[in-house]
Amino acid sequence: MGNTLTIVEAHAKLKAKEITSEQLVQSCIDRIESVDGKLNAVVYKNFERALEQAKKIDAAGKFDHPLTGIPFLTKDVYCEKGIPTTACSNVLRSKDYAPPFDCTTIQRLHAVGAISIGKTNTDEFTQGASTETSCYGVTKNPWDTSCVAGGSSGGSAAAVAADECIFALGTDTGGSIRQPAAFCGCTGIRPTYGRTSRYGVMSMASSLDTIGPLCKSIEDMAIVLEAISGKDPLDATTGDTEVPQYAGTLNGDIKGMKLGLPKEYFSDGMNEEMKTAVMDAVEVLKNLGAEIIDISLPHTEYATPCYYVICPSEVSSNMARYDGIRFGHTVSGADDLVDYYHKTRTEGFGDEVKRRIMIGTYALSAGYYDAYYRQALKVRTLIKKDFEDAYQSVDAIIAPVTPSAAFTIGTHEGDPVAMYLEDVFLDPQVMAGIPALSVPCGETKEGLPLGLQIMGKQWGESEILNIAHAYEQATDWNEKKPNL
Amino acid sequence: MATLSNDDVRHIGKLCRLNLSDEEVKRLGPELSSILSFVDKLQEVDTSSVEPTPQPTGITNGFREDEVVADGPTREELLATSPLPIVDNQIQTPSAHG
Repeated sequence: MGNTLTIVEAHAKLKAKEITSEQLVQSCIDRIESVDGKLNAVVYKNFERALEQAKKIDAAGKFDHPLTGIPFLTKDVYCEKGIPTTACSNVLRSKDYAPPFDCTTIQRLHAVGAISIGKTNTDEFTQGASTETSCYGVTKNPWDTSCVAGGSSGGSAAAVAADECIFALGTDTGGSIRQPAAFCGCTGIRPTYGRTSRYGVMSMASSLDTIGPLCKSIEDMAIVLEAISGKDPLDATTGDTEVPQYAGTLNGDIKGMKLGLPKEYFSDGMNEEMKTAVMDAVEVLKNLGAEIIDISLPHTEYATPCYYVICPSEVSSNMARYDGIRFGHTVSGADDLVDYYHKTRTEGFGDEVKRRIMIGTYALSAGYYDAYYRQALKVRTLIKKDFEDAYQSVDAIIAPVTPSAAFTIGTHEGDPVAMYLEDVFLDPQVMAGIPALSVPCGETKEGLPLGLQIMGKQWGESEILNIAHAYEQATDWNEKKPNL
Repeated sequence: MATLSNDDVRHIGKLCRLNLSDEEVKRLGPELSSILSFVDKLQEVDTSSVEPTPQPTGITNGFREDEVVADGPTREELLATSPLPIVDNQIQTPSAHG
């Protein structure tokens, strides 16, 4: 079936006229219809328009770009003209906000002929690590439906792992691409901050947000990343740094590369299965000619507390626009405008969003700003410097993505701090603005996937893609499929 | 350790334009306090000689020409997303004065 193909495989078949784009799109639709009832990964189906587009592309018959005619899913925060985009929040869902414009990334993908087939589940406004805060309910892990798919891009990760699409888009503010990719056994990359445009993607924490792809292979990831990267006049944080040819440069040659192993990610209490999986991966990389060097990133333990000051502070500002005036939820019978704001927001937002707005408002309020937000920005400087120092002696850094495999649904109910600790290995890279990716590297005895994290220098996506590609070629973890 | 009283929680709720029931206030107090205690770890770090990093790549001031970009959504399309009545191309909100 076409839906199980990678981008590279599907492109070859499209080009050779062995399959049509319409068949490819239809196979993904059929897969969604048959398995998504078990997963809850897809929250909006855009099938009719997708099939129309596929027919047009087939009629034109030109498959020059590797993404032409390839169906994909996007996280429910990417604005797409005329398509309901709700951030999985009741504040936008109740009137099904349909944006009057396309975000830059959707524009770039449409321009090369990729076909958007629907929207995927996420924690409300991407705030969570399990999709449990979505107003549509949790996404289940394709490998074990009693477990979470991770989050916040859990819908995208589960959809890719379950072959509901050829690739998907996610967002990573504090690990929201890498963690679900690891939990579901697919690949995912958080690019350098500003490598990809965020214009038209609903903001969570503006100094931390990035957008990127979740794919079935590293080669696919390189293709999508190349198509969506680069300066955008509509997002002033995008960099001028030239976008290299990611896809064309993967040669799997990592001989002589120096890879750092940070001791802070390998504590005594570390999960044994995770440790074994990562150390096995280190052996594979050594055998491929890489040199492994022990390093230290001393401020690692402060990254998650730092994140949970900066993130909610910026959330409290970004969520202010959801006031029931320009879009979204509305109420009747308000006494006046301020009462209207109160009632709209109280009804529209879920618990985690409310918690973050409140923590952020508190942290930014008079008398607390220096102690919380400003102190966090200073600690961020130290975390970033840890990486700069490390990169004096290594080319990239290797670590686990998560402390353990996917957890059971409901594990952290009522304990927000326990949920925040799921991010411990994912927040340092965010503070430093560096790229980091997740690639499958093992499984637990129950058969749940485990992920290897590879971190690079700012703007150094090429190097980490090549390391991951070399690793992927040498192992078969990415070929495993869940049995649904 | 930071502990928020019920009154603190109500005050923050008001600043955030959120109505909180008594039950929510009772639940949020300990939850928010536990988050604040968690982030209090940052106070251990000596940052007296450290500059803040507001944004990690250091890009500043992305200027462009001040010109109208014509290919954005139309006024009608933008107004159509509002849940409130549209009167003379304006959104009619509840009164600001009650």
